[in-house]
Amino acid sequence: MTPVSQQPMYALRNLRHRYGNRVVLDIPQLDIHCGETLAIVGPSGAGKSTLLRLLQFLEHPSDGHILFDGTSVNWPAPLHAMRRVTTVFQRSVMLDRSVRRNVEFGMALRGRPDAARVDALLRHMGLAPLAAVRATSLSGGEIQRVALARAVMTGAEVLLLDEPAANLDPANVGLVESAIRELQGRGTTLVIVTHNTHEARRLSQRALVLLDGLVVEDGPTGAVFDTPRDPRTRAFLSGDLVC
Amino acid sequence: MLQELGDPALRVIVALTLRVTGSALLIATVIGVPVGALVGLARFPGRRFIALLLYTGMGLPPVVVGLFVYLLLSHGGPMGDLGWLFTPAAMVVAQTVIAFPLVAALTMSAVESVDADLRLQIRALGATRWQLGWTVVREARIGVTAALVAAFGGIISEVGAVMLVGGNIDGQTRVLTTAIVLYARQGEFAVALALGVVLIGLALTANVVLLRLQGRQR
Repeated sequence: MTPVSQQPMYALRNLRHRYGNRVVLDIPQLDIHCGETLAIVGPSGAGKSTLLRLLQFLEHPSDGHILFDGTSVNWPAPLHAMRRVTTVFQRSVMLDRSVRRNVEFGMALRGRPDAARVDALLRHMGLAPLAAVRATSLSGGEIQRVALARAVMTGAEVLLLDEPAANLDPANVGLVESAIRELQGRGTTLVIVTHNTHEARRLSQRALVLLDGLVVEDGPTGAVFDTPRDPRTRAFLSGDLVC
Repeated sequence: MLQELGDPALRVIVALTLRVTGSALLIATVIGVPVGALVGLARFPGRRFIALLLYTGMGLPPVVVGLFVYLLLSHGGPMGDLGWLFTPAAMVVAQTVIAFPLVAALTMSAVESVDADLRLQIRALGATRWQLGWTVVREARIGVTAALVAAFGGIISEVGAVMLVGGNIDGQTRVLTTAIVLYARQGEFAVALALGVVLIGLALTANVVLLRLQGRQR
């Protein structure tokens, strides 16, 4: 992994987000630094995916603000800010075209297709034999790899991954994690939402536990999982029900 | 049977039918697909009302559209100075008015049926609004093609509006449907029937072309 910069890529300040009257996120302060890999863990409904949508600027926080690379982002977010970030969603949906066309889609949007880079990435991700196959006909594991390749190919500085290896077999998990490590080597800022604490330990330097929209733990991944401060985190990590 | 009509006369009728219907479909597509995509994708005040208007427009009686266009283009009408009444231009206007809501409403429905998660992903991959709209229309191409097929079928077989605004003038505004009506009224059912077969053949050919285009876009 490359050294983490002290320059925050994101600075969340007094952030509250509501759906109707229900507060789904309440984060007084959170910095995500350039080049770091942050794992966000927590039970279903904790607000993890909502946080990713805010970091991708797909939604605007109800209160507070997000500084992105030192600049406050207005709503709707400017295209140049949105294009510095991309997301691999938990349920990846393919465009109804070939795997190759899917992978180069983000580059095509930016008007700079690079066939050689696409070829190299398809090979690296084990997708070369599927390049001409219609992406909508792929299996879940293959779709997840195509989705990651499509995101990588945008060249975004920040990659948000929502359960990138959920429901994958060990071979596919290996390919996905290898691609993530390569991104870390290039200095990409990564935010990974996961239920899998083993995956979080393998991939991230820092972990954050979200419960009911609140950050209850934030620190080095090993410390958060080995010596959690909050009793609810201990309950969550041990598999007990968390309310 | 068609020998009674004469080959050159038939060619003129078929050519005018294709010219009028093709032009109307083209104009309705150029306006209707973007309007349908916009109403299907964007959220703005009055969107539901516009959707209601489009759906209602799909059921407009062609003869009422013909009457409306007739009044617009007649000498005393607001567009009478154009001198389009009883010309193919008037027929194109009438058919465009009939085709537009079909194209727009069915396009709207097609883009709305595209997976909302896919739209989110397209945005997260850095699409501009235009790129998002174009990509979603491409993803909805089966439904959009169905809209064009429905509109084409609706206007090539339409008779009331083109009869009113075109006048069924021999060699000038006579198309297949108005010719069928004329020959049926004169009791020449064999010619009318033969023209009907030609009309169905044209519709079939056009739909084959549209469906092949749909397949090629994949």
